[in-house]
Amino acid sequence: MIPFALYVAIFAIAFIVASQIAKRRALQDYTSLKTVTFGDESAVRPNRAAGVVSILTIFLLWGMFTGSALLPGFLHAPGPFEGTARFTYTAQAEDGRRDDAAVTVLVHKREVEVDAPEVTPGDGFAKDDGVKVAQWRNVLIAVDKNDDIRKRDGAQVVAIDGQPISPGASVKVDGGTVSLSDKGTPNFQPANGWQMEPLYLPAPEAVWTRMLKIADEGFRNTSLLGHLGWSLFRVVAGFVCGAIIGIPLGYAMGLSNWFRGWFDPIVEFMRPVPPLALIPLVIIWAGIGEVGKIILLFLAALWIMAIAARSGVSGVKISKVHAAYSLGASKWQIMRYVIIPNSLPEIFTGARVAMGVCWGTVVAAELVAAEKGAGMMIMVASKFQNTDIVIMGIVLIGIIGFGIDMLMRYAERLLVPWKGKG
Amino acid sequence: MTGLSIDNLSMRFDLPGGGAVQALQNVSVDLKAGELMSVLGPSGCGKTTLLNIVAGFLAPTGGKLVLNGHQVTGPDAERGMVFQQGALFEWMSVRENVGFGPSMKGMPTAEKSQVVDHLLEVVGLQDFKEKAVYELSGGMQQRVALARCLANDPDVILMDEPLGALDALTREKMQSLVLKLWKETGKTIILITHSVEEALLLGERLIVMAPRPGRIHKEYRLPFAEMGVNADLREVKKHPEFAERREEILGMIWDMEEEIMGRTEGAA
Ligand SMILES: Nc1ncnc2c1ncn2[C@@H]1O[C@H](COP(=O)(O)OP(=O)(O)OP(=O)(O)O)[C@@H](O)[C@H]1O
Ligand SMILES: [Mg+2]
Repeated sequence: MIPFALYVAIFAIAFIVASQIAKRRALQDYTSLKTVTFGDESAVRPNRAAGVVSILTIFLLWGMFTGSALLPGFLHAPGPFEGTARFTYTAQAEDGRRDDAAVTVLVHKREVEVDAPEVTPGDGFAKDDGVKVAQWRNVLIAVDKNDDIRKRDGAQVVAIDGQPISPGASVKVDGGTVSLSDKGTPNFQPANGWQMEPLYLPAPEAVWTRMLKIADEGFRNTSLLGHLGWSLFRVVAGFVCGAIIGIPLGYAMGLSNWFRGWFDPIVEFMRPVPPLALIPLVIIWAGIGEVGKIILLFLAALWIMAIAARSGVSGVKISKVHAAYSLGASKWQIMRYVIIPNSLPEIFTGARVAMGVCWGTVVAAELVAAEKGAGMMIMVASKFQNTDIVIMGIVLIGIIGFGIDMLMRYAERLLVPWKGKG
Repeated sequence: MTGLSIDNLSMRFDLPGGGAVQALQNVSVDLKAGELMSVLGPSGCGKTTLLNIVAGFLAPTGGKLVLNGHQVTGPDAERGMVFQQGALFEWMSVRENVGFGPSMKGMPTAEKSQVVDHLLEVVGLQDFKEKAVYELSGGMQQRVALARCLANDPDVILMDEPLGALDALTREKMQSLVLKLWKETGKTIILITHSVEEALLLGERLIVMAPRPGRIHKEYRLPFAEMGVNADLREVKKHPEFAERREEILGMIWDMEEEIMGRTEGAA
């Protein structure tokens, strides 16, 4: 809740500041002269400053709530309590006698080993205790263990730091909260602060160092590049197979009644089936090896490419085909010089979609079963609660997916510059 | 025997929901080689249908079409077509577009580039040879379309509102160009237009069509095309007979439109 509120606040403040600056600078380009901008989509361009602030904000919040070393300390959200906490408990014997004793709790970082603090027992029938607990964890303190009158003798904890308490209730003390279990044993929970536990969300630099480490040492006998490379290889292999079959199939469907009639029901049926739903069947048929994965990605790409090629053919303006015929072109020449180039933009769009779907599908398939691959890395890491590896994997998958799309767009600009100019 | 003979052509479109449209009924025209004919008529009178049949994109339901002694059965390089717009191949440069016909015939490259260069000069686009067609203005694109058609050296050129999408000034320049090319190349040309002035200027012969069923309403033989070759078209338009013909034909088409509107109103 707090991070979300902060996020909204940064959004609003950055917007106000940026629009004030823009007003000062009063840019004099064509769009700024438009008086109607609300509702004019062409006047909406991504604001560069907003983009930068947006990304910085994500890292800022990430750093703030994980206590990142990349941020100066004053920016950190209050962290978990660390150090020595003290509270007293009041024990009451069966006969009504009461005695106070102090409990010293050493709250330490999870990754460091410490000894429980030594304390002198003190006087009275209730003796002082010393315990340790890691941050984010809690500890049941059997305070009566060293007392003269123990729980089984009828002693009860009736107050913490002088405040009365009963089983199920809790009392705030310095450095945390003490609650009384149903059986009457105090349970100390050190204050967590507002930061996320590294187990759930590691700091950015932890993810980064983990990535460097894995890039260096590999993960499960395969290097980091090896994992990503295998995923990419599967995507490319599946996509290429899908395109090799799908594009001619789409052309045939766009050019022949018989092919259209024959394959339309199949394509239209398979189109809404998400490739993920095919994973179990493909595993049953082809196992979890490379063949199964490539078949799955082939199926994911096939229908998309077939439909793209089909609509590429049906998008040919009839006047272009007529013109080509009356310029003396044969059927084959119409195919080669009119239909194929005219459908390339559609095919590229289809290819971009197909690559995106394939990339998502390969990760999902690797999550289910694989020995190598980006998805497998995440899956195995999550089993061992290596959240840093999971996050690293997600970020890398996102970057690669984005990279693929940028590459396809670049190829599109290079190879079909006439897109949308018809 | 040379020339194009349109003999008693009829075209009926059967509508999917039953019923039919008689788009053309008993249309007959004889064109000598090298004649320039313009076609006028209210919207929906079957002009495009007629042109598509002559081009060979549609088979008529009645009558026949004979060009230079043989019957027309499908599209062929002997009959070139210039469309209103958007029929250029945007994946090809201006040069490749103009050279498309020769390439399809397998003309040697040297010869082809000579043809292309010549035609680009004729239409005044020699400086735009390597440009992509979508980088040209509408008028330039239509000049490319004309050059592309001519590069194939067809016997008949068919134009379906080739200048319809152009502004008035560009349009006038293009009209002069069409007249010039007609005279220089001696092609048989059929040109469809919605503009009465254009029809008068670009037609040795002019047919006015009437709708439902599509048929020839009236035929003219006009002197203006001859007069307009290499002359100022605005001067031609000042000719007294020009104004007279224009008023006459405008009135004719106006009456037809009235009749159509009346009929649809009566049906409603
Ligand atoms: N494929 C078709 N199926 C059914 N009817 C058609 C078809 N093509 C044309 N028609 C009908 O034939 C008639 C003539 O159409 P056509 O396109 O030849 O008219 P046009 O004279 O070229 O009109 P415009 O000036 O608007 O271009 C119209 O009534 C039209 O509805
Ligand atoms: Mg028409």
